[in-house]
Amino acid sequence: MELLQHDILIVGGGGAGLRAAIAIGEENPDLSVGVISKVYPMRSHTVSAEGGAAAVIKPTDSLDDHCYDTISGADWMADQDAVELFVNEAPAEMTQLEHWGCPWSREPDGSVAVRPFGGMKIERTWFAADKTGFHMLHALFQTTLKYNNVTRYDEWFATKLLVHDGVCQGVAALELRTGQIRAIAGKGTILCTGGAGRIFPFTTNAAIKTGDGMSLAYRAGVPLKDMEFVQYHPTGLPGTGILITEASRGEGGVLVNKDGRRYLQDYELGEPLDVGDPEHPRKRTMELGPRDRLSQAFVQERRKGGTIDGDYGDYVYLDVRHMGEKKINKKIPFVRELCQNYVGIDPVHELIPVRPVVHYVMGGVHTNIDGETPLPGLFAAGECACVSINGANRLGSNSLTELLVFGARSARSAVRFGSQSTGIAAEEITAQAAQEQQRIRQQFFQPGDGSESISGIRQELTTTMEAGAGIYRDEKSLQETCGTIRELKERFGKVELADHSLTFNTELTSALELEYMLDVAEALAHSALARRESRGSHQRMDYPERDDEQYLRHSLAYHAEGDDPRIEYLDVVITRWPPGERVYGSK
Amino acid sequence: MFMVRELTCLFVGGYALFLLILASRIGDADGFSALLQHRLVIVLQVIALPMVLYHTVTWLNLTPKVLVIWRGESRVSPVLIAAVHYFAWFVVSVIILWMVSMYR
Amino acid sequence: MAASEAKGTDKTVVLEVFRYRPEEEEEPTFQRYEVPYFEDWVVLDALNHIKDEIDGTLTFRWSCRMGVCGSCGMMVNGDPKLTCAAFIRDYHPATIRVEPLNYFPVIRDLVINMEDFLEKLTEVKAWLVPQEEKPVSEGEYRQTPAELAQYKQFSMCINCMLCYSACPVYGQDSDFIGPAAIALAQRYNLDSRDGATEERAEVIFSHEGIWECTFVGDCTRVCPKNVDPAGAIQQAKVSATKDWYHSVLVPWGKRDVKSR
Repeated sequence: MELLQHDILIVGGGGAGLRAAIAIGEENPDLSVGVISKVYPMRSHTVSAEGGAAAVIKPTDSLDDHCYDTISGADWMADQDAVELFVNEAPAEMTQLEHWGCPWSREPDGSVAVRPFGGMKIERTWFAADKTGFHMLHALFQTTLKYNNVTRYDEWFATKLLVHDGVCQGVAALELRTGQIRAIAGKGTILCTGGAGRIFPFTTNAAIKTGDGMSLAYRAGVPLKDMEFVQYHPTGLPGTGILITEASRGEGGVLVNKDGRRYLQDYELGEPLDVGDPEHPRKRTMELGPRDRLSQAFVQERRKGGTIDGDYGDYVYLDVRHMGEKKINKKIPFVRELCQNYVGIDPVHELIPVRPVVHYVMGGVHTNIDGETPLPGLFAAGECACVSINGANRLGSNSLTELLVFGARSARSAVRFGSQSTGIAAEEITAQAAQEQQRIRQQFFQPGDGSESISGIRQELTTTMEAGAGIYRDEKSLQETCGTIRELKERFGKVELADHSLTFNTELTSALELEYMLDVAEALAHSALARRESRGSHQRMDYPERDDEQYLRHSLAYHAEGDDPRIEYLDVVITRWPPGERVYGSK
Repeated sequence: MFMVRELTCLFVGGYALFLLILASRIGDADGFSALLQHRLVIVLQVIALPMVLYHTVTWLNLTPKVLVIWRGESRVSPVLIAAVHYFAWFVVSVIILWMVSMYR
Repeated sequence: MAASEAKGTDKTVVLEVFRYRPEEEEEPTFQRYEVPYFEDWVVLDALNHIKDEIDGTLTFRWSCRMGVCGSCGMMVNGDPKLTCAAFIRDYHPATIRVEPLNYFPVIRDLVINMEDFLEKLTEVKAWLVPQEEKPVSEGEYRQTPAELAQYKQFSMCINCMLCYSACPVYGQDSDFIGPAAIALAQRYNLDSRDGATEERAEVIFSHEGIWECTFVGDCTRVCPKNVDPAGAIQQAKVSATKDWYHSVLVPWGKRDVKSR
């Protein structure tokens, strides 16, 4: 097999990956970049993001305010040096994207407009109607077309990191068209593979969010950090899980229970203002509280009997009728479209049924503020990475900005590393890729006993994750889930594919994705079991308080072959914001 | 359906050809009216009229696609643009009829 | 779609699906599958059910299932559709025929080769070329809401290529640049910040570009995002013509690069 080679490899063609590619295209045009993506880049999940991307621009705003909002939103689990850096670089990155053509919505004077968002004291969320992720991704993708030094490997599925002499020297990837696994060498490899929402049954996430890069790093010995922190977005459509953006609340939408009551006021999120009040929606209050608190309020409201029963579980209502047709069409037109198409209701006149659904994984591949992982030659950025700026709960509109800031930073780190590289061990990594081809043939094309199916194991996995590692957890539920995952991993070995073809075998890629999902689920469940406190989105009914003394630390889950993961801890970096109480709803 | 629209072009062109032939007989009063009364020509008229009307209507309906006028953030209503064209068609037709009536 | 299975149903619907396995057969075939009928299922749900429960070899692309990624375009009963937005209830009880998008080479089953489109995106220079360079430190380029509105519609393209499958001109001549690529070129031409209309003109104001379009209008009809590529192309024809007259009659004058 011929060895494909580049200076820098990027695995994943979403917002972070494309930003990384552009960074090298702009700053190091003499280096060659390979972007490996299992789907065409414009299909990446960045495309579904709706609400906006945060960066300080208003004169009434300040970098420190953005820091404080992010750190308190993260329930103090965020590394403050990383947050300071992120907040600092955000405005320039967002402006740069505007220069690359992103069609930000504007104020009448032509300057970029911002809207209020959950957990943020001052408006700083830049937006492009309510298809911000779509516009950002397409602006980035179309910009990458300019650079001759960027080679894309579209519909190549990464199956293994190629590590030799303790250095990551590339990836083994399956070319979907031909079914061949090739080694692609790179002096630096950046993982930008996104999150893993698909390990849960109800999620806003697309089919492709299966934690690929997280598992690749995990199996290469890199720890996954803070995996127990999973964000449920408070307003997803029941059943499909389709996202109804936070922007609908930022623009004034309210959540009501079956009696029409704005129930969030019962959960320490402040006092509701009348929707006609000019100050509504008040920041960091009620519907503009942080996502973890809103999702938890839903569960508690359900226990009180305040939710409505439906075919796909219970739900509450999001009411945007008072916004009026004109404002809805201007600010949240996509929401209207989605409701009409998928629920058959028009939000201008009717209430939108919503419930919390899994949306984002705060945890991920452990990196420092430059996107470096502990494995030399391996970097990570975006949702698959954990720097951490999001800590125990991410604020809406921080992650799109995160893609840009850390996509660019990790690219620069990779370039620096690559410039000092002593070369690629071509023979060794080519051999590893050949072994990988063998492994996959043996594992999946061998006749099994027909007792296990991909969809069967996948369903059992998602069921146990929701039951044991959902919004509220306890020792027993987590132990059960850990046990089920162990069992599923074993049973997975018996899966045999019906499709032995080499041409575009998506049954094979589904099986590989399920393998990744099991790894991610294992890291998540064990990290959650080990964290005996409640913080942000990780709520233990048996340990309901936050415990800074023992747990103001990141959990690091290390893969152990044939055994449960080993959990270690790493102190959170505190600079200028000593741990305090998270307060929302104050006047 | 677009094939039908394309086909009507044949009739528009064909009718224009017919008008040219007619025009060449101006001055020859007998030849002129003989042509007009010929059976085939009457058939042509009967078929051509709806074809040309269909062509005109579909064409006018498409004008807003081509003529985009902005007022601030929104476009001038496509209905208005088409309506203006219909009105112009009406005015031109009236003028032509008036001109014809002057030559009685 | 895990929750759908929670409700029982005894109604079914039949899908007739195009199969092509290049390693096994020379010619494509059709395969019939009977799947449970649910009120809120889309064609994509049925395809996933087939792959998960009946026939793991059925191959197709999909991702977001909410009509924004553009992966799942296929011919449904002869019409190009996003299968995540085509509701079974609109076809049931009739058999639903699912085929790969028209006018693209088929790789396998319902998966087509879309390289042609990606090459065209690069050809038409579908990216922003600022009229004047400005450092990031000086802030954003100013663009009023009215200026944004000029090109906004054309920026909504999700690259699903349903328009190419609906275009009889593309069907006959794959050199035709095509609706989406031209609409995206126009998206940049009309962007007040952009200055590359002339550069793009060579590619799109050409025989394989706008002039090959005969304004059938089917592209606009099938577009799931209301991009109106047909409108984009006709407007481009008008502005190209105006430019031409301008350059002929007033050769010394500055070319109106923002002509609409």
